Amino acid sequence: MLRGLWTLTWIEIKVFLREPLGAFGMIVVPVVVFVGLGRIIGRRVALPSLAASPFLRVGVPVLASILITLSAVLSLVTIISIYREGGILKRLRATPLRPQTILTAHVLVKLLLTAVTLLLMLLAGKRYYPIGIHIPVFGFTLALLISTWSILSIGFLIASIVPTARFAQPIGAIILYPMVGLSGLFVAVESLPPKLQIVARILPLTYAVSFLEGIWKGDAWSAHVGDIMALTVAFVVCTALSAKVFRWE
Amino acid sequence: MTQEIRSGNSVIQVSGLRKAYGSTVAVNNVSFEVKKGEIFGLIGPNGAGKTTTMECIEGLRTPDHGTVSVVGLDPQRDTRRLQERVGVQLQQAQLQKRIKVWEAVHLWASLYRKKTADGDRLVEQLGLVEKRNAWFMDLSGGQKQRLFIVLALINDPEVVFLDELTTGLDPQARRAIWELVRGIRNRGKTVCLTTHLMEEAERLCDRVAIIEHGRIIDIGPPEALVQRHCPERTVVLSTDDPTAEERLRAIPRFEAITSKDFRFTIRGSGDNFVTEVIRCLSENQIKVTDFRTVLPNLEDVFLKLTGHSIRD
Repeated sequence: MLRGLWTLTWIEIKVFLREPLGAFGMIVVPVVVFVGLGRIIGRRVALPSLAASPFLRVGVPVLASILITLSAVLSLVTIISIYREGGILKRLRATPLRPQTILTAHVLVKLLLTAVTLLLMLLAGKRYYPIGIHIPVFGFTLALLISTWSILSIGFLIASIVPTARFAQPIGAIILYPMVGLSGLFVAVESLPPKLQIVARILPLTYAVSFLEGIWKGDAWSAHVGDIMALTVAFVVCTALSAKVFRWE
Repeated sequence: MTQEIRSGNSVIQVSGLRKAYGSTVAVNNVSFEVKKGEIFGLIGPNGAGKTTTMECIEGLRTPDHGTVSVVGLDPQRDTRRLQERVGVQLQQAQLQKRIKVWEAVHLWASLYRKKTADGDRLVEQLGLVEKRNAWFMDLSGGQKQRLFIVLALINDPEVVFLDELTTGLDPQARRAIWELVRGIRNRGKTVCLTTHLMEEAERLCDRVAIIEHGRIIDIGPPEALVQRHCPERTVVLSTDDPTAEERLRAIPRFEAITSKDFRFTIRGSGDNFVTEVIRCLSENQIKVTDFRTVLPNLEDVFLKLTGHSIRD
């Protein structure tokens, strides 16, 4: 069924790491920005007030994690559209390889990179955000991987329909980044105008944020079954749609 | 070139194939067969419908009408089973820029259910050993094409499809690739290729189908097509003998003569025409300082059949 998946995944990881800006942009830049922010905030804000601000304590790490996810999704969109435009997908189509295998391989690559970036950030952050509370590193990583997996499926959908590689990145950004504003990260969903609340309730990112914030704060997983279900539904719907509209060339 | 076609059974059968993109009919009522062990060429100018025809046979496109059968399978219904048994090289295909040659070969080998050909040996046979660790983007055009041939052969296919294999290559690389394609046939495989280069078709193909505007104009071995459509023979010779022109005009099946500065171009028809010219020269003791024959080729056939040159 998924013949060639491991070989393709392994090769795609190597190919990605060979990109001049690939590993640097996806892994090093977020960590450096995060550490830099930590230093600035750390110097200006006394520790007690840092701990008192819920946005700094929970919001910043979750925002950073969401941004890692979105950059992974945009990277997926870009790669698939470059592969389509370059005729790589078409060449692969003439083999017994299935489209699901190609997408799955890229998802695995992105999940791995997301996990690596997140772990590096957590390690770096421990030094600059001495928040004193125990962070559930493993649980949070898992939660982020589940969220990324779901949001990557929106990436499939965008990747399946964007006409050219040149438009892939901007179109992806226009679709994805506004979701962050409505996700409840900056303004609680309940305090949005009613119409926007409906929009926020449809967007999968809202559930990802609620899920990640909860796990970061130490909630039990059972408290977020609803979020996980919403993310799963988003994944199933987007994957099914993208399989329908997937274009090889 | 061998005209012997083993056992005479066909591996590809195309009948009444039609494919339109919107209101543009790319392929119209195309029918032909490819026999086991031959190199079959679809030839014609760019945009004639060669690639569309081939992609319908490979299962990459869905025909609007007509039936296609490859090694007894329907490319639409049995796509996966067919892909296990055929090898494909696509026009203008690319790989990941930074994939290494050996990685591509390794990846392709992992995609097939059956035991595949020895990738290392193929890489060696196609002269890519030194490039094993090179990135795809750093290969020359000829090396890329050779890698695509390796990939097309990795599953030890019964039929190999090659689409515009040598386009963009220099003459030397082109000749090397022709030799490789003959090697594929000599290993008992069937080759179906497209080309807009008449020289390539003439040198490589056992049989060709001439396609224009989505239709097949004629099918046959290149020599037979030339004989059928272009029986003219042309002789160019130089002589200062004043009686030459008159004598040459008397040759049987003579058609036309032009002259310029003691240089004559004589056209006639029939296989014997060149012999007749030589006999005429020797019987009349006409001294010539230069003598050559110009034989018609597929390019002339194309011109004759379509009224325009394939290069237009």
